[in-house]
Amino acid sequence: MNNVFVYCEITEEGHVAEVSQELLSKGRKLANDLGIGLEAVAIGTKLDGIEKEILPYGANVVHVADDKRLFPFTTLPHAAILVKLFEEQKPEIALFGATSIGRDLAPRVASALRCGLTADCTSLEIGDHTEAKAGKTYKNLLYQIRPAFGGNIIATIINPDTRPQMATVREGVMKKELWPAASNPVVNKIDVANYVSDEHFVVKIIERHIEAQKINIKNAQVIVAGGYGVGSKENFNLLYDLADVLGAQVGASRAAVDAGYVEHERQIGQTGITVRPKLYIACGISGAVQHRAGMDQASMIISINTDPQAPINQIADYTIIGQVHEVIPRMIKYYRQNSK
Amino acid sequence: MPFRIIVLAKQVPDTRNVGKDAMKADGTVNRAALPAIFNPEDLHALELALRVKDQVKDAEIVIVSMGPGRAAEIIREAMYRGADSGVLVTDRKFAGSDTLATSYAISLAVKKLAPFHLVIAGRQAIDGDTAQVGPQTAEKLGIPQVTYAEELVSVDNKQITIKRRLERGIEVVKSPLPVAITVHSSAPVCRPRNAKLVMKFKHARTVTELQEETKDYTELRHDRPYLNIEEWSVDDIQAETDKLGLSGSPTKVKKIENVVLQRKESKVLTADEKDMDLLMQELIATHVIG
Repeated sequence: MNNVFVYCEITEEGHVAEVSQELLSKGRKLANDLGIGLEAVAIGTKLDGIEKEILPYGANVVHVADDKRLFPFTTLPHAAILVKLFEEQKPEIALFGATSIGRDLAPRVASALRCGLTADCTSLEIGDHTEAKAGKTYKNLLYQIRPAFGGNIIATIINPDTRPQMATVREGVMKKELWPAASNPVVNKIDVANYVSDEHFVVKIIERHIEAQKINIKNAQVIVAGGYGVGSKENFNLLYDLADVLGAQVGASRAAVDAGYVEHERQIGQTGITVRPKLYIACGISGAVQHRAGMDQASMIISINTDPQAPINQIADYTIIGQVHEVIPRMIKYYRQNSK
Repeated sequence: MPFRIIVLAKQVPDTRNVGKDAMKADGTVNRAALPAIFNPEDLHALELALRVKDQVKDAEIVIVSMGPGRAAEIIREAMYRGADSGVLVTDRKFAGSDTLATSYAISLAVKKLAPFHLVIAGRQAIDGDTAQVGPQTAEKLGIPQVTYAEELVSVDNKQITIKRRLERGIEVVKSPLPVAITVHSSAPVCRPRNAKLVMKFKHARTVTELQEETKDYTELRHDRPYLNIEEWSVDDIQAETDKLGLSGSPTKVKKIENVVLQRKESKVLTADEKDMDLLMQELIATHVIG
């Protein structure tokens, strides 16, 4: 059987992106379930030693395509390398981060290979499938699980007949985990000239401004998150006040981001960031499944909502029925008076 | 030769108003049960196309939409805002298509409209949020792609320069034509309907729609051929049926589950000062905060 492949994104600073390391960790688990190996693909420039950031997460093989034309990322050369490499190696599974790059690249590759691709998976598992009509059983498929359609349902998607089984996953959904190093890891230097030609470089980047990540809510211990129910950008200031006092970060639901209350980097959920804090204070968030997918692993959840029936209350440890602008100042007041 | 801009647009169920009967047993969407709207990012795509048209001589915009008969509504809507003509790609055999089968069908329709200079679409549709059909269509057409367009910088008969919106910044790229572009929601919103264009196109119909009209518009349409919205079937685009619909889709829906919340023992509190003080006291005592 063939292996699990992970496309490793290279950051501005020349490192392997965190989402790729998370996918390697998950890829290792899937590979173990299937009794196969894990291979990584890194495409960029000045990649000497890049395997040091990949092998600790369980890869057996690292394919490296190093060429000065391969950074910054452009679609066509990266796609050409992956398509040819996948045709040669015939991966069982191929995983990509659901980033600006992954969501641009993976569909192009999937189309060329005519294989199935599922976007923004919140869970990946191995399982069997029986096609009732044909009476045919498929062993060890990749279950690609994602909320769908307004978030009222969770869909399990499979690709019975095509390989690789491809999926994209958002940052933070999978946990980064170190694995014992493979006994004989292989670094395969790809001969780039055999994989790309001049025609792949017709799109030219003439200007770039990439900022370092300013907001980092993924690793916050305490998160104060607001939804559409917060009501306005001004009301969000209360959340920042509480976050300041508690040493927390401010997060938001998609509805609050779409309404323009906060910046997109703070969005928590299926199409945002997944968080696992000690405490999650949900202010005016109703709790659609896409949002819960990004926060339901918090150790403790407090919901502040005027609606006793809000779905988020059902997963909350504490539900405070009330207005955000009444509750938060009281929390701040008590904390200021009583914390050390 | 006109400068042809093809805009891909989708009529989508308004996922903000989802009812119980929204899904069919086979896991596909029951579109008939939902209000249908112009996919928001496709309107941004139309605006980008209109801006190109404003700058290039002899430019024309063709809207291509794939979907059921009523999707002709969004083609008319695009005409009211400045599109010149439209094609509805519609056939029962398309039902159940995933993004790969969809992009196959769309790419054949686009090829039938060759020679073209630009293919512009919204980044993603709100019913699936996959953002896959744009890049997959580009691949099937064998042309480059520029995703997440935010602004048209410049365009001429040979090349286009586009500002892209990325997670943590922007990038300006230049591509030769033809190229496929997907447009981000941060791009300018679409201009509103133009009253003159509404008058001009209000009788635009597909053949199927015409059959449902009580009045006979044959003469009117003879004088004004732009009132014909083309309707293309599987045969018209010469598609291989095994590459369409459920059989042409490598992804299958194995199961659909309603979301069952794992109910916790939730303590319900009021917003009173007393309740708040007790809660904060407990959080501090158990070192959750502080």
